[in-house]
Amino acid sequence: MTHWSLPAKIGFYILILAIALFAIFPFYYAIVSSFKSPSELFEVSLIPSLNFENYVAVFREQPFARNILNSVIVAVVVVTISLGLGVTAAFALARVHFRGRGLLLLTILSVSMFPQVAVLSGMFELIRFLGVYNSLWGLMLANLILTLPFTVWVLTTFMRQLPKELEEAAYVDGATPLEVIFKVFMPVLWPALVTTGLLAFIAAWNEFLFALTFTLSNEMRTVPVAIALITGGSQYELPWGNIMAASVIVTVPLIILVLVFQRKIIGGLTAGAVKG
Amino acid sequence: MKGSELTRARLRSAFLFLLPMMVVLALVAGWPLGRTIFFSFTNANLSEIENFEFIGLANFYNSEWGGLLSDPAWWNAVWNTVWFTVVSVSLETVLGLIVALALNMSFPGRGIVRAAVLIPWAIPTIVSAKMWGWMLHDQFGVLNYMLMGVGIISEPIAWTANPDTAMLAVIMVDVWKTTPFMALLILAGLQMLPSDCYEAARVDGVPAWQVFFKLTLPLVYPAIAVAVIFRALDSLRIFDLIYVLTSNSEDTMSMSVYARQQLVDFQDVGYGSAAATMLFLIIAVLTIAYIMIGRVDLAGDKR
Repeated sequence: MTHWSLPAKIGFYILILAIALFAIFPFYYAIVSSFKSPSELFEVSLIPSLNFENYVAVFREQPFARNILNSVIVAVVVVTISLGLGVTAAFALARVHFRGRGLLLLTILSVSMFPQVAVLSGMFELIRFLGVYNSLWGLMLANLILTLPFTVWVLTTFMRQLPKELEEAAYVDGATPLEVIFKVFMPVLWPALVTTGLLAFIAAWNEFLFALTFTLSNEMRTVPVAIALITGGSQYELPWGNIMAASVIVTVPLIILVLVFQRKIIGGLTAGAVKG
Repeated sequence: MKGSELTRARLRSAFLFLLPMMVVLALVAGWPLGRTIFFSFTNANLSEIENFEFIGLANFYNSEWGGLLSDPAWWNAVWNTVWFTVVSVSLETVLGLIVALALNMSFPGRGIVRAAVLIPWAIPTIVSAKMWGWMLHDQFGVLNYMLMGVGIISEPIAWTANPDTAMLAVIMVDVWKTTPFMALLILAGLQMLPSDCYEAARVDGVPAWQVFFKLTLPLVYPAIAVAVIFRALDSLRIFDLIYVLTSNSEDTMSMSVYARQQLVDFQDVGYGSAAATMLFLIIAVLTIAYIMIGRVDLAGDKR
């Protein structure tokens, strides 16, 4: 950039500014709107005031605390199960040569490409059969289809990159495969586990279609469904202040997590996409 | 001798390691998918899902009421989905490439801008749909306010309700939300490019635009292709954004929204499953085509 002419430099900084504004403005505007009283809401202004009315109302008018708890429980359980099953499976897929390995990986990759709606009626029947309709158990079961194939796939990609000498030395010392996973691989693998876990957590936290279809009562809803279904006095009068407050509450922790782990997340996303 | 024994022991434990994952995957993915395909040949109803009759291919095609393949609403949903996918993925690729090229430069504050670009990606789809729904509000929306202030439009536009602009609104929100993903994948590709080629080009005095089209683009092409395919497969199954931003409107209804409306709102499990099966087949064919054409190194043997 040092040899650029002045107009080129100015143009470049305008582009950078435009990119940053485009990325940040909508969320900034949501924050500003969330702090406005219902009467102020209908005048456009970009400077925030500090009125917590909407934040109080969100928790008073619906079981929003319960909704947040539901989302946390479902996401944590689903991520834990996915990582638990994923680590051993990824070890087998990445470090052991066996016939049909390519086909198995292909199947796992295709499952992560499934349109969710393609399993909707079958999953509905299964959830009814197990008696877990309108409960968090049903959502945990359904959400595994989003997180498990993804976890296995990304962890397999990570494990392939580890040097072979690592496990060979342990095998020579008489370690069992399980010991190799937990004593040799785990210590070098934990950054990958954090990344994969975080990405799977975000996927489960944001899941909408299953939560919308398999829950019925306000108390069982997860955050995305609760926000989507916030309604006001009439169909044409949505309480936008409350909706923006709820949106800010559930998004701020996510943004902080993503910014703290940003380098790892970029690595995880790149590993999740197949390298052709 | 000892070597093959060791190999056999490892194969056995590999099988044991894979088994739990495969059982769970069969339960949550294989079985429900199989049942959905099964239901597409029946007249099952949501309120009494146990009582159904086989009606063969009637959900797909029949001479009485037509079936899915002669339902204009289904073809409208197919067309909407394809249009949405083509336009939004194209825009995201071009904008993503521009953002990636900009972030690949070194300038003061690059870290902050890269963090800012991650924000739309981190926001849940439902939240971004609601946020934009508010910004696009016909009477009090900030977008109308700004556009009228600058004089581009003379009266407020009902972005999400107007048939002419509803799909535009959906595409706009999707582009905002997903361009960062595209940009980061392309940026990762850009950062792996060898710097000596660029050095040589600079010494020879090759103009910047030629460097881009003759050097950068061909080298980064594989990274772009992978990102485009992932985004396209993802766009074809879009549900959340459209459902929340424009609900069940005809103008924006995607295949997923159509299938769920039949299944849940109209309780027609048989017909809805037929639509879901069609969507599954479309995505399956495209995925297989991608893997065959791209010759993806699945087993990692070539590494």
